[in-house]
Amino acid sequence: MDDPRVRMNPAARGAVAGLALLAAGVAASYALPDRLFALGQVVAWLVAAAGLTVLVGLSGQLSLGQAGFMATGAYAAALTQNALYAAGFTVAPPAGTSGRFAAAAGPTAAGWTLPVALLAGVAAAAAVGALLGLAAVRMRGAYLAGATLVFGLIVTPVTVLVDALGGEQGLRVHVPRAPDPVGSAVGEGRFRVWVALVGAALVLAILTAVVRGRWGRDLRAARDDEAAAALVGIPVARVRLGAFVASAATAGLGGGLYVYLTGTALPGYFGLTTSLFLLVAVVIGGAGRLVGAVGGTLFVVAVPIVTTEVMSAVDASPALQARLAGNAPLALLGLCLVLVTLATPGGWSARLGRGPRRVRIGWGRADQGRSGRLDLGRPRAGRRGDRGRGGTGARPPIPDVRE
Amino acid sequence: MARFIFLTIDGLATGAVYATFALSLVLIWRAARIVNFAQGAISVAAADVAWSVGSRVGGWWLGLLLAPLVGALLGVLMQRFTVRRLGPERHLDAIIVAIGVAMVVQAVLGMVFGLQYRPLPAPVSQTVLTVGGVPTLSPYKLLVLGAVALLVVGLALLFSRTAVGLRLRASALAPEVSRLLGVEVERMTTLAWGLATGVGAFAAMLVLPTGPGLHPTAMDGVFITAFTAAVLGGLDSPVGAVVGGFAVGLVLNYVTGYTDEPNLAPVALLGLLLAVLLVRPNGIFAGPTIRRA
Repeated sequence: MDDPRVRMNPAARGAVAGLALLAAGVAASYALPDRLFALGQVVAWLVAAAGLTVLVGLSGQLSLGQAGFMATGAYAAALTQNALYAAGFTVAPPAGTSGRFAAAAGPTAAGWTLPVALLAGVAAAAAVGALLGLAAVRMRGAYLAGATLVFGLIVTPVTVLVDALGGEQGLRVHVPRAPDPVGSAVGEGRFRVWVALVGAALVLAILTAVVRGRWGRDLRAARDDEAAAALVGIPVARVRLGAFVASAATAGLGGGLYVYLTGTALPGYFGLTTSLFLLVAVVIGGAGRLVGAVGGTLFVVAVPIVTTEVMSAVDASPALQARLAGNAPLALLGLCLVLVTLATPGGWSARLGRGPRRVRIGWGRADQGRSGRLDLGRPRAGRRGDRGRGGTGARPPIPDVRE
Repeated sequence: MARFIFLTIDGLATGAVYATFALSLVLIWRAARIVNFAQGAISVAAADVAWSVGSRVGGWWLGLLLAPLVGALLGVLMQRFTVRRLGPERHLDAIIVAIGVAMVVQAVLGMVFGLQYRPLPAPVSQTVLTVGGVPTLSPYKLLVLGAVALLVVGLALLFSRTAVGLRLRASALAPEVSRLLGVEVERMTTLAWGLATGVGAFAAMLVLPTGPGLHPTAMDGVFITAFTAAVLGGLDSPVGAVVGGFAVGLVLNYVTGYTDEPNLAPVALLGLLLAVLLVRPNGIFAGPTIRRA
């Protein structure tokens, strides 16, 4: 079977991915005018999820603290934005601002301050990521997962400890409002989603191009066999550090975009649940697959919304609603995490992307030769073997010595 | 000086619980090379079930006996139905599965018991006794210290003096050879898993009365503290876990006690964890022949 994607230039592929996301997002912003906030959340989170899927899937490093990097980026962007606003880089407010995103009356920040603030957020998150990453490249699996978990949990305490971060009440951020002719035509909320979409499309395009190039190949080589990768001259520690910093930087941009979308920076946005939901998005989308990360993020954001809709549709009692709210989505997403990981190391998009495949899940014991493992079918001839399969992927079954 | 003595004694008593929980993490790590990230959620679930019974008949004491049994049962179920199906060589996936299990368990607890803190009263007084003008320990913390001491001695005897303990150690250190010599390694791994989650539930029953009470996420803080303690001692070493638990208990007590700022605790924890991982990645008490994780 001839796969046209194999011959496509990585940069062209990245451009196509970014433009497709942009088009889909703009279309969605008109198709779902009542769900602009959720749409914005999808866009901000998928930036973070895209970095995480590269880290987990291609580098084999697990981070449970992406929300911590999101918070780093968010607060750095918020402080920069407010500092620029206070320094007087303002313009007159557009007429007729109203609705959910209406800020206090008065001048609005100049448009160019937003990219500056977002870049400051990315830089801060990357710097913190590099600090943690120096430790991370020496850690494996559980150690890194635990360390990033602790890192993610210090967000709220740090915002309370440092006065400038505003504690539990968070910060109110003076983000620029949409310039007049455009803003009044499309609406402030939709405009902000579009701006976030531009950021997300850029990230998706860059990551798509980069993971298909030399860096991605080095990452996969270092993941699959550290010693062999080092032997052929791949600087294993440096590529791993690069993946960790890249995932931190994308999370930082996601956090900054979230601040822009909401106009506030709150510790509550970046709790442990956010980190875990990002992980769910990555896993059900197939670790290492950027398109999967987009689908996974959509799913993760949609589940709580759909749960609420279903509950009000079936007229559940208020007591029942209170019990299920928050808990039902958590249970569902946790279950997805378990089942998808047990069933396939690649997630659903791995299967979609590779065509039909014989999948057999045995119910026997894992140490009895083939039966407990996932049978991935015959290897396909002429395909690149390891295009982003998750983590420590399944290996061919080894015959049991006792048999 | 009185403050230093109080913080030291109290830190050791708190550290005893961290030591117990760290021990439960180490037990699973030795048997399966997995850090059970669902341990906190499972121990709360066990404490919840145990207290549901104990609050009606038998009180906290019956709860203390029941919690390890419920915890062990949950741990065995988790291992049989999720982790074991992954097989070896999939450590990253095992962590992800454990996190999924933790999410499900916490969500179910939230649905059944609600998201408000429910008090778990201590069986004896929690008022700090003053000895010679120096505040020291409450009767309850003395009880905790005694219970932890009993548990640690019991586990040490189990592992060093019994046939099952020998098989457990053998399966952890050399699974292939043990299998050839007739040890049922799979069964031993499941047993170690149940033992570990039982110990974790025991620790939860001991520590929850000193805090705001039962809540689906009530053990999250203890989990990350105990994880730090276990890493400090080297994940492979039970003795290291116990010493690490006491050390972390002391450090956290000094940091939060002298600054009067409880929010510093997680920051100190992260600093400690990173320092250990950067300076001695295999832990302070790791032996020279440690297996690569």
